[in-house]
Amino acid sequence: MDRTTSEINPSGGMENRIGKYVDRFGQEEGCLIMILHAIQSDEGYIPREWVLELSLALGIPVARIYEVLTFYHFFKLTPQGKHNVVVCMGTACYLKGAADILKGVEENLGIKSGETTADRLFHIDVARCIGACGIAPAVKIDDEVIGKATAEKIIERLNQIKALEGGNGN
Amino acid sequence: MATNLEQIKTEELARQEKIRATFKICMGSGCLSSKSDALAEKLTAIFAARGISNDCEVKPVGCRGLCAVGPLVRYTDKDVLYSEVKEADLESIADDISRTPCGGKIVNTNSNFFKKQQKVVLDNAGSINPLRIEEYIAFGGYFALRKVLAEMSPGDVIETISRSGLRGRGGAGFPTGTKWKLLAEASGDEKYVICNGDEGDPGAFMDRSIMEADPHKIIEGMAIAGYATGSKKGYIYVRAEYPLAVKRLEIAIEQATKLGFLGKNIFDANFSFEIKLRLGAGAFVCGEETALIASIEGKRGNPSPRPPFPTQSGLFGKPTMINNVETLGNITRIIRDGAEWFASIGTEKSKGTKVFALTGHVANTGLVEVPMGMTLREIIFDIGGGVANGKKFKAVQTGGPSGGVIPEEHLDTPISYESLAALGSIMGSGGMLVMDEDDCMVDVAKFYLQFCVDESCGQCSPCRIGGYQMLKILEKIIKGRGEIGDLDKLEKIARAMKTASLCGLGQTAANPVLSTLKYFRQEYISYIEGGVKYARQMKRG
Ligand SMILES: Cc1cc2nc3c(=O)[nH]c(=O)nc-3n(C[C@H](O)[C@H](O)[C@H](O)COP(=O)(O)O)c2cc1C
Ligand code: FES
Repeated sequence: MDRTTSEINPSGGMENRIGKYVDRFGQEEGCLIMILHAIQSDEGYIPREWVLELSLALGIPVARIYEVLTFYHFFKLTPQGKHNVVVCMGTACYLKGAADILKGVEENLGIKSGETTADRLFHIDVARCIGACGIAPAVKIDDEVIGKATAEKIIERLNQIKALEGGNGN
Repeated sequence: MATNLEQIKTEELARQEKIRATFKICMGSGCLSSKSDALAEKLTAIFAARGISNDCEVKPVGCRGLCAVGPLVRYTDKDVLYSEVKEADLESIADDISRTPCGGKIVNTNSNFFKKQQKVVLDNAGSINPLRIEEYIAFGGYFALRKVLAEMSPGDVIETISRSGLRGRGGAGFPTGTKWKLLAEASGDEKYVICNGDEGDPGAFMDRSIMEADPHKIIEGMAIAGYATGSKKGYIYVRAEYPLAVKRLEIAIEQATKLGFLGKNIFDANFSFEIKLRLGAGAFVCGEETALIASIEGKRGNPSPRPPFPTQSGLFGKPTMINNVETLGNITRIIRDGAEWFASIGTEKSKGTKVFALTGHVANTGLVEVPMGMTLREIIFDIGGGVANGKKFKAVQTGGPSGGVIPEEHLDTPISYESLAALGSIMGSGGMLVMDEDDCMVDVAKFYLQFCVDESCGQCSPCRIGGYQMLKILEKIIKGRGEIGDLDKLEKIARAMKTASLCGLGQTAANPVLSTLKYFRQEYISYIEGGVKYARQMKRG
């Protein structure tokens, strides 16, 4: 893996960037997943350069880190949209028409679940239960959970966001 | 000096005594989604404007269960529950302090939804502010931990848990006392207690609500487990999809450490215990204990064959025990109120209560806790208010992707681990999905199977290939292109998966298909005989 070193961000600052995460968890056995969570929470996804740096810092081979990253649905390897729309497709939501909501959102944004709009404003994902089954169907837009959702209700919310972002709201 | 529990309790109760009116606002995930946090702010502002902030309190609390009509506000001094509260209602609700309550939409708390429930695990949920350890202590919190450390030997604790008849609430129903004993007897002085908060069933939120509403109860339960089994370290593994639970547990661990309920020489006893949080990352299989251990070790969540069982060789190769959140949520009450009290609730072999997440087409969706032995009919119709929108009941699904459906004719079955298994379903972790006459059983079976196929770790072929093949057959049937021989094929593959899969995921993945075939075979046959035309009619073609 000699490309490891050459791919690393030449602008440096690596110790600082990774250091704060390694300091926080690095002493504990099995801390890799916690560090990945912290990075994703700050960066929105796990950039490749970070994996390379992490590999050096923790002494875990890059391949092993990717093995972990690709196993867990939660980790994202590419940048997500500015706004994340998560449609719950857990059982309770599915039974109450989540599939129609997903279809409505996909049509409104012109992308499929797992994709990001060209302007990087929106990303759609499906979840398997976000624990709001009591108010199913549930949709999460960024940190906001919308219960008893309908396609109309969600699209209205999306249009509000588009308007705020200065888009044309189509 | 150990923390003086009595003093904290007395001070907190005295503080509460001085308050003339307490308004508890649900801050569970359900009610939060309808902006209950904004309600709390507004009501606080109203009290300030009226100059009554000194003796009127707005208290954020966890889930009370009736999520269907949230956000909920409870005025405890007059025992009034307001549902679907809007900001505009708040002035009038505040007026209720000085009159017979008539503001907002008042819920009848004498209804079966409340009366037929029995709260043990959820006794504090919705009553205390989960962010204040003083309130937990005022309700008897940490007295059980002090009691075991002062008065009981580890063996006594295990014996008490065994005598209570408590069985694991994570699905399999293994006797908890026996599990503790296995860990206690394992050699070595590095041992681990893990709390399983992965809650994988995609339609259930019992554990989430417990962790959010009463995090200290889990911490205290774990510390007691640590003492009984000779472990010094515990991990709580929580799914990443539950950020609020994570936050509240973090705060609770910090508070408990500060007061000396975690850390070195707890209550001046020769016992030290610490707890770390670990996050899942969206993999269902990580709820399975060996996969969970791999995940805490920072690896892919691949299950491994048992034996060795975790109590022999678990986390980092050390003896380890995994208990579900709700299981641990029962411990403090068993210690405080006694094994006999606990064993007096429930059936012969299934003791205590069970928390269920009532969802689907039932009127009162939400969280309920009932004594074991209650019938499904009582839960769904008396507590749940029956099927929503006047439709006809068709079936209830329990146990999520590892469980099965139960039709109308078996609704009078008293729930227990054994009775549900006899019906071809399982108790599971507590998801209870109600389906009405319009719901298609073939589609529901396909939904669960799809879930298991997506979540299979791919290590063993019965699960990886068997699941995929079954799914292809189901897709064919639901598109109206199936043949009658397909049903036998489904059953044959299901049997192979059950006997030959490596872990519980594969072993149980076919259950939803098998149980719908058992009770609703005709629906499959309708697709097969009706062909493409029928499938189109059902909007599946
Ligand atoms: C595929 C699979 C998923 C599981 N998911 C969970 C889960 O989310 N939560 C849980 O407590 N147990 C889950 N279990 C059961 C655990 O393996 C384990 O039996 C349980 O956590 C033990 O705790 P208990 O004895 O207190 O029930 C799962 C099992 C399997 C096979
Ligand atoms: S199934 Fe959607 S929140 Fe649980």
